[in-house]
Amino acid sequence: MLPEAIELVIVTPTRQLLRTRVREVTLPGANGYLGVLPGHAPLMTELGIGELTFLGAAQSEPISVVRGFAEVLPDRVTVLAETAELAAEIDLERAEAAKARAEKRLAAGDPNIDWDRVSVALQRALIRIQVARKYRGVPANSR
Amino acid sequence: MPTLLDFRRRIRSVKNTQQITRAMKFVAAARLRRAQEAALAARPYAKELVRVLRSTISRIAEPQHPLLSRRPEGRVLALVLTGERGLAGAFNTNILRKANEFSRANKSRKLSVIPVGKKGRDSLRKAGFNLIGEYVNVLARVEFGTVREISNLVTDLYAKGEIDSVYIIFSEFKTVMSANLTVEKLLPVDPAQVVEGSEGASASGQVDYIYEQPEEQLLDRLLPRYVESQVQRAMLESSAAEHAARMTAMESATKNAGDVIEALTLHMNKVRQAAITKEIIEIVSGATSTA
Repeated sequence: MLPEAIELVIVTPTRQLLRTRVREVTLPGANGYLGVLPGHAPLMTELGIGELTFLGAAQSEPISVVRGFAEVLPDRVTVLAETAELAAEIDLERAEAAKARAEKRLAAGDPNIDWDRVSVALQRALIRIQVARKYRGVPANSR
Repeated sequence: MPTLLDFRRRIRSVKNTQQITRAMKFVAAARLRRAQEAALAARPYAKELVRVLRSTISRIAEPQHPLLSRRPEGRVLALVLTGERGLAGAFNTNILRKANEFSRANKSRKLSVIPVGKKGRDSLRKAGFNLIGEYVNVLARVEFGTVREISNLVTDLYAKGEIDSVYIIFSEFKTVMSANLTVEKLLPVDPAQVVEGSEGASASGQVDYIYEQPEEQLLDRLLPRYVESQVQRAMLESSAAEHAARMTAMESATKNAGDVIEALTLHMNKVRQAAITKEIIEIVSGATSTA
């Protein structure tokens, strides 16, 4: 028999962000987004930089996730993210500033910059902005 | 013979000291609570990470990775975690003694040290250790960015073959009254230790996962995270132990100050009494002589 719900656990090195029961999760895998329903086969994946969404009983708020790993079991999804933030927690101004900084650095064309670091910073800022905007565009949810 | 005024002055001065030690005790208690909370908050991640790493390692017949490769330990690096400040009882002394012991035990090897914490940096530099880096003012509030910086530095040195093993020397927080001086091997990572490690070793290791990425690639990403979480744990433990040690030290200092005040007050009263008695005798003897 298939389990009816998934227990979603999101942890980062500094805290446990979330532990809740959900009906569906969408994870930002390193090779693309993947949707998980209850009863999924056991799976292990690396995470990229993206947006994690879920459908649960309570109000569902998107979460920005930056790299890490996810373990999927039939009735449990464990997300080990390097950083993860609820949409409501995201500091939009800081994210915009980070984006501007990264873009400026890329545009400067300095041959000595650390491309990896800058592009990761840019992606991170972009996903934060995306997640925060999406959430704030729907004022029905309580802040 | 000290006069009443001298006593009053001394009592006032001891009282001032007591106020300071008492305040430091409360500050240390508050910081200890925060450090404990941080350590607690970091635990779920560390636990899950070890679980994932364990099942990944057990799936690979012969794990190959720069961070797993053992070499003869010719050049050793030690991370020494001390406090940022003094007045914490024997906390810093104990750690430094352990570091000295470690250096004696590794006399035949080339030892380099990275101190974390201002106290450790100062004493180790004075003692003539070979410092190849230093991190100060990072333990009051353990930021993950610092953790990452430190572990990146040591994993880099290790992967480049500039050092052959990395140890971490720190105080493990046990209770408020006691801490364990610990020397842990950080690198190379010992897969056997990870696999055998702590609870739940059997169940999760057996699940037949689908791997989205090749196991080796996952391992390559997991190992640095594992080292990070070890460093983070050590820093949080050490910081909690430091605050606990300071709290205990300040508590006994406050108590001692109380004892001193009590003794001084008793003494002062005796002196006062003696002075009064003397005056009465003088008056009485004066009166009898005039009568």
